Amino acid sequence: MMARKVVITGLGATTPIGGDVPTLWENALKGVSGAATLTDSWVEEYHLPVTFAARASVPATDVLSRVEAKRMDPSTQFAVVAAREAWKDSGIEEIDRNKLAVAFATGIGGVWTLLDAWDTLREKGPRRVLPMTVPMLMPNGPAAAVSLDLGAAAGAHTPVSACASGTEAMHVGMELIRAGKADVVVVGGAEAAIHPMPIAAFSSMQALSRSNDNPQGASRPYDIDRNGFVMGEGAGALVLEAEEHALARGARIYAELAGTSVTADAYHITAPDPQGLGATRALKAAMFDGLIQPEDVVHVNAHATSTPVGDKPEYSALKAALGDHLDNVWVSATKSQMGHLLGASGAVESVLTTLAIYHRLAPVTINLDNQDPDIPLKVVTGEPAKLPAEGSIVALNNSFGFGGHNAVVAIRSV
Amino acid sequence: MASTEEILAGLAEIVNAETGLDVADVQMDKSFTEDLDIDSISMMTIVVEAEDKFEVKIPDEEVKNLKTVGDAVNFIAAAQA
Repeated sequence: MMARKVVITGLGATTPIGGDVPTLWENALKGVSGAATLTDSWVEEYHLPVTFAARASVPATDVLSRVEAKRMDPSTQFAVVAAREAWKDSGIEEIDRNKLAVAFATGIGGVWTLLDAWDTLREKGPRRVLPMTVPMLMPNGPAAAVSLDLGAAAGAHTPVSACASGTEAMHVGMELIRAGKADVVVVGGAEAAIHPMPIAAFSSMQALSRSNDNPQGASRPYDIDRNGFVMGEGAGALVLEAEEHALARGARIYAELAGTSVTADAYHITAPDPQGLGATRALKAAMFDGLIQPEDVVHVNAHATSTPVGDKPEYSALKAALGDHLDNVWVSATKSQMGHLLGASGAVESVLTTLAIYHRLAPVTINLDNQDPDIPLKVVTGEPAKLPAEGSIVALNNSFGFGGHNAVVAIRSV
Repeated sequence: MASTEEILAGLAEIVNAETGLDVADVQMDKSFTEDLDIDSISMMTIVVEAEDKFEVKIPDEEVKNLKTVGDAVNFIAAAQA
C-alpha cells in the first residue's frame, strides 16, 4: 500500500524579521537583519560577553490578551501566535478533534519561567512562587497550549532535539498522518531564550558571535570571518494535512511534504561529525523517503548557523548526498537574517522552504562578503534566486542540534 | 484596616488582573468556581496577591472554604481586625 501523501496547507510565524508570514517572506526576499544591541539592564549588570541578539520583531504580548499572556511562558506565547496564524491560513473550519494532533517542539522550554521562579523563591520565599510555574516551564507547554487552543485531541507531542527540534516536529507530524493517527497535524517549534543565563551559557561554549560593535553583520554563514551564531527567538508553525483530506475540502496546497528523516551522529555531545556522516545519512534517508533523486533538488535551506566548525560539515554532507548536482542547487542561509531560533529554527526555516517552493523563489543570504573557499556552495546573495518555473521541484531543509541530532525534510511542488 | 467595600474593590482588581473579568462582575454573592469560572490555580494566585495587598495570612487549608467572593472578603476583614 502506498503511504498517505502529506501536504502543507497552512503557515504561521513570528520571528526577528517579521511578526507574521507575509512580513517574514517579504523581508527574507529583501535581505534584512533582525539583530540589534540589547537594551536590557541585565546586559550590563552581568557584564555579558555578548550584548546583542535578534528579538522577535513583534512582541507576543502585543498579539495575545494580557490574561492569556500572563499564563504562558514567552516560548508558549510565540507558539500560540504562530499556530493561530497557520490554522487560520489553512482555512480549516471544521474537523474531527480526534483526528487533529499537534507536534510542537522547543529546544529549551520555559527558561524564563524557571529562572524567574528561582529568583522569586530566593527573594520572597516559596509561597510567592506562582502556582502556574510548572505548566509554564514544562517543555511540552507550547504543544499543550496549541492543542488546547485548537482543540486537538489526537495527541500533543514535543520533539526535543536542541536546534533540530523544529524540523523533527515536521517528521513527527508526517509519521502521525502516514500512520493514520491524524488527518491534520499542526507542527512547529518555539523558543524564547534571550535571557542572561542562556546567553552566558552559549557564550561559555564559544558558540555565540561576539561582534558586539556590529550586530547586523554578526551572523555571516559561509563567510571566512564567521565567528559564531546570533541568538534569535520566535516560532514557526505549519499545518500538515493528509492529501485526500485537503483535496476533499478544496484547500489551497502550498507544497507536498515529500520526505522526512532523523538520524543521530553518535559522535560527540556538541561537535558535529567533521565529515558530516550523520547529516549525510539524514539527507539520503529523507530523499529515499520521498523518492527523490539528486537532480530533483533545486534549493536547500541550510542549517548554516555561522559557527566556524558547523558550516563546513554540512557542506560535506550535501556534497555526499547530492554529488556534482550540488553545483546547480541554490542554497539559502536564512540565519544570516534572523539569527538562530534554536528549537524554533527548523520550523521557521520549513515555512521559508515551503514558500520558496510555492513561489519558486529562494530567499537571500546576507553578510556573505568573502565566501570560505572550503565551502564552495552556490549561495543566494543580493537578489532572491529564481527556481525553475516549470516542472516538479524539490527543496531540502536541514537542521542539526547539540547531541548529534540531524533532521531533514524534503518539500516538493504540487 | 479596610472597609468591606474597600476589600471588595481591591479583590475585584486582583481578580481582574488574573482573569480579565470585569471588576463589576466581582460581587459578594458570586461563587469563584460556579459564577466566575476561576480554576484552582488562578484561585491560589488571587489568594497570594490578596495576602500581599491586605497584609493578612490566608492558610492553604482555608482556601477551600472561600467559596464566594463574600467568603473571601469576610475572611480578610476578620483577619485584619
